[in-house]
Amino acid sequence: MNYQWHWGVFLQPSASGDDTYLGWMLSGLKMTIALSLSAWVLALALGALIGVLRTAPNKWLAGFATAYVELFRNIPLLVQLFIWYFVLPELLPESIGNAYKQSNPMLQQFLASMICLALFTSARVAEQVRAGINSLPKGQKNAGLALGFTLPQTYRFVILPMAFRLVVPPLTSEFLNIFKNSAVCSTIGLLELAAQGRQLVDYTAQPYESFIAVTVAYLLINVTVMFLMRKVEHRVAVPGYLGGK
Amino acid sequence: MYEFDWSSIPGALPFLWDGMKISLEITLTAVVIGIVWGTLLAMMRLSSLKPLALFAAGYVNLFRAVPLVMVLLWFFLIVPKFIEQLFGLPPGTDLRLTSAMIGFALFESAYYSEIIRAGIQSVPKGQMAACSALGMTYGQAMRLVILPQAFRNMVPLLLTQAIILFQDTSLVYVSALADFFGAAYKVGDRDGRLVELLLFAGAVYFVICFAASTVVKRLQKKFHPA
Repeated sequence: MNYQWHWGVFLQPSASGDDTYLGWMLSGLKMTIALSLSAWVLALALGALIGVLRTAPNKWLAGFATAYVELFRNIPLLVQLFIWYFVLPELLPESIGNAYKQSNPMLQQFLASMICLALFTSARVAEQVRAGINSLPKGQKNAGLALGFTLPQTYRFVILPMAFRLVVPPLTSEFLNIFKNSAVCSTIGLLELAAQGRQLVDYTAQPYESFIAVTVAYLLINVTVMFLMRKVEHRVAVPGYLGGK
Repeated sequence: MYEFDWSSIPGALPFLWDGMKISLEITLTAVVIGIVWGTLLAMMRLSSLKPLALFAAGYVNLFRAVPLVMVLLWFFLIVPKFIEQLFGLPPGTDLRLTSAMIGFALFESAYYSEIIRAGIQSVPKGQMAACSALGMTYGQAMRLVILPQAFRNMVPLLLTQAIILFQDTSLVYVSALADFFGAAYKVGDRDGRLVELLLFAGAVYFVICFAASTVVKRLQKKFHPA
């Protein structure tokens, strides 16, 4: 193949004139990080709640949590995203739906992507939290109850402080996944990293440089997250468990 | 309130079924190639030959760090050019399905190899020692003793990965290939009934994946009665 390599393309002024192609890439990177982090915070909170509910003795609460997890785990991410982006605004009451549809398109894309990633990931977080709670010896819960704690108190003071520390290592891979999954949001036009890469291909006709740059950016995100999470894992490891001090 | 109109779905069923066949075709190829190539990668990674182990580790870590969407874009860019040159096909031949299959197969092998590596490592060491004591070569020990036990333990995990893979095939949308989801989107777009078609597609995926994962859970109980 006789391909003309031209790495200088990133420093050329972009088609919009006020930026370089490197600037496009960086703004895509920022979008990927902002989207993934905000969705991650929501996913953690929701996932922790649903995970706890799945272990609740109340059949209705546990059933609701199970249904939630099954729903979000058995529909492809892309389909969920399109439902949030194209279907939900139509189903809202007309006045709210119309106001939403007239808002900034970028805001609409970001909101749909964030909610979609957050709920999709929260179902997976919930499964890890549930596994963490179930991995604790039964005696811990019984001891809490025997001491006169109510069930919520037992969760609050005995079970959750242990369970949350135990689930950090498995959550690292979910954290990595949310960055990778955010690339799916390029399909609804959100200008994150993968979308900027494709846009660069269209504008510069240098597909290899663009894709290599985007791939390297994802690798860098991956390495950074792994490095940070290893520090966190080390800090929260429970002494006496594998991986503990 | 939105008024639903499901009337465009019955007529579109044959077209959607064609799309479903493409989704299943991609899933099946990727599962078969993924398990074969994934087993080889896992064995390389556990091998005492440093270059092989390094290659396998690099391959697996690279594919696991990059989003599937990016991998698919790469394969839609490179594979058609490569195959055209290799077989002397006229440029512009539609190779999207081939590219998707190769892309999914190579991507999923990285995930399969991790499952298989854990499976091989879960077989007690004494098994390998016993093989050596019986005079088996490494290849014989793997083929006749270790892998059969490892695979028995891994069946539920391999099937769960296949369900995830089936869901992921919807991402061939980025190449405008009409898999099941692509077909549903096209029909919805044509008839102005995107809402109904997207909900229908979601429901179909849900029923298939939920049923499949229920079967896998049953299998798991049968293999490892708790």
